[in-house]
Amino acid sequence: MDLRELYQEVILDHGKHPRNHRFPEPHNREGRGYNPLCGDKITLRLQLDGDKITDVGFIGQGCAISQASCSTMTEAIKGKTLPEVQALFSKFHTMVTSDEGADDLDALGKLAVFAGVREFPMRVKCATLGWHTLNQALDDESGEATTE
Amino acid sequence: MTEASPIAAASPAAFDVQRVREDFPALHQDVHGKPLVYLDSAATSLKPQSVIDAVTEVYARDCSNIHRAVHLLSQRATARFEESREKVRAFVNAAKKSEVVFTRGTTEAINLVAHSWGRAHLREGDEVLVTELEHHSNIVPWQILCQQTGATLVVVPMTDRGEVLREAFEEQLTERTRFVAMAHVSNALGSVLPVAELIALAHDRGAVVLLDGAQAMSHVDVDVQALDCDFYAFSGHKLYGPTGIGALYGKEQLLEGMPPYQGGGDMIRSVTFEETLYNELPYKFEAGTPNIAGAIGLGAAIDYFASFDMQAVHAHENAVLRYATDALEAVPGVRLVGTAPGKVAVLSFLMDAAHPHDIGTIVDSEGVAIRTGHHCAQPVMEHFDIAATARASLGIYNTTDDIDALVGALRKVQELFG
Ligand SMILES: Cc1ncc(COP(=O)(O)O)c(C=O)c1O
Repeated sequence: MDLRELYQEVILDHGKHPRNHRFPEPHNREGRGYNPLCGDKITLRLQLDGDKITDVGFIGQGCAISQASCSTMTEAIKGKTLPEVQALFSKFHTMVTSDEGADDLDALGKLAVFAGVREFPMRVKCATLGWHTLNQALDDESGEATTE
Repeated sequence: MTEASPIAAASPAAFDVQRVREDFPALHQDVHGKPLVYLDSAATSLKPQSVIDAVTEVYARDCSNIHRAVHLLSQRATARFEESREKVRAFVNAAKKSEVVFTRGTTEAINLVAHSWGRAHLREGDEVLVTELEHHSNIVPWQILCQQTGATLVVVPMTDRGEVLREAFEEQLTERTRFVAMAHVSNALGSVLPVAELIALAHDRGAVVLLDGAQAMSHVDVDVQALDCDFYAFSGHKLYGPTGIGALYGKEQLLEGMPPYQGGGDMIRSVTFEETLYNELPYKFEAGTPNIAGAIGLGAAIDYFASFDMQAVHAHENAVLRYATDALEAVPGVRLVGTAPGKVAVLSFLMDAAHPHDIGTIVDSEGVAIRTGHHCAQPVMEHFDIAATARASLGIYNTTDDIDALVGALRKVQELFG
């Protein structure tokens, strides 16, 4: 088990200094994510214009994996359309959960640093919390996402 | 023959932790290529071989239902099941065996009292007192009960060190207080509550008192008659016994007056469609086929644990706790959460460098098993305005080497998160 596989530099950096760690103004969607197991919390707000996410930010607290994942996610989805975002999430999810891993890591760009999470089943929920919160925000403005 | 020195004669045989470790097969394995260092006994303790053997023997030899058949296997299983009840009785010094009800564990024991005693006795306007440091299983059943009966849940605050003080308790105690439910020992912080004193105060007001003894049984002496508690709940799996078994102690007079908790086989004397006569204590509260192997395993666990000099066990654990406290405080950026004087067996802590969840993963990779999270005590986390802690907790088999391994693993956390 190689911890450096999990805690890559990018993850440590984003964990310590999350990007887009602010609420965008204006915004028209909000999602709240909570992992009851470890108490990780994320509030994500975004501006959806048509089917394009034009701005996104979050405030959260939690472990390095959950915060770094959400941070890199906000960078990855800004300016993308909903179908593009869903395709990204689907690839990300496969990468961190399936035995084979992602089929094309290249398409994930910086998000590929989370490939190591697959070896740490207890931490998959940390890595996907931001994404579940994003889905919540897109589905239902008032809801709360949990990783359960 | 040499004459024994007066000092050696006066003190009991030294507690030999290395020999104790030989009794626990789970200790002797590698995890992630490193020898296991188990520091999560507050979640569940490891099991000695004698307990594993006792459980195995039930299934391999005495496999049968109890209290039912005339055949020999059932006689043997019934006898051993009831012997275990006697072992529990003796261990907590209950007056009678009939005051010991087997349950799935602490949680079910508390729910039994909330459901049976609570629904029969609580009315609108009554108050149920709990403390701020309770485990969720000693909060939620009372919350549900209060919703059902219109009673009010009142919380005794703790101090920033994690103590529940007499003054704070007295302040919340009123003539409306009908019931007090509190931990004997806190699972998140290790604080030992001054329960004897608090029970006396509650009794002066006519309140009935339940102690949650889940964390206490293996770390402090429990004598239910000396404490004069009305109910005492505990789990076998935190006392070196199997999971899925525990017990409720209740004073006979209270248990007699309580309606059954669940209906079914074993808890009845006779059944017609018009009327059911309930069985005598404790069977009235033991509906259905119980965890027979678990109860017998719990008996074996008590045999094992009680074979040691309790003062020597406590002294050993306290010495390791003191060593660990000093060692953790010496690690830069580590802060202990819960510093009540006289606390036992638990070290909750935070690190500046990393979130508890990350600490847990990193120390696990070094073979060190600790717990991270809110420890089913979210109000405690809220008190300290945190979401989680890392928690190392001790058992009879832990040594200062284990603490050195933990500290070494924490240095890895610092290297990585720097
Ligand atoms: C203080 C305390 N109360 C209650 C419980 C619940 O015990 P169980 O899950 O064995 O029913 C625990 C166990 O985590 C505990 O530590």
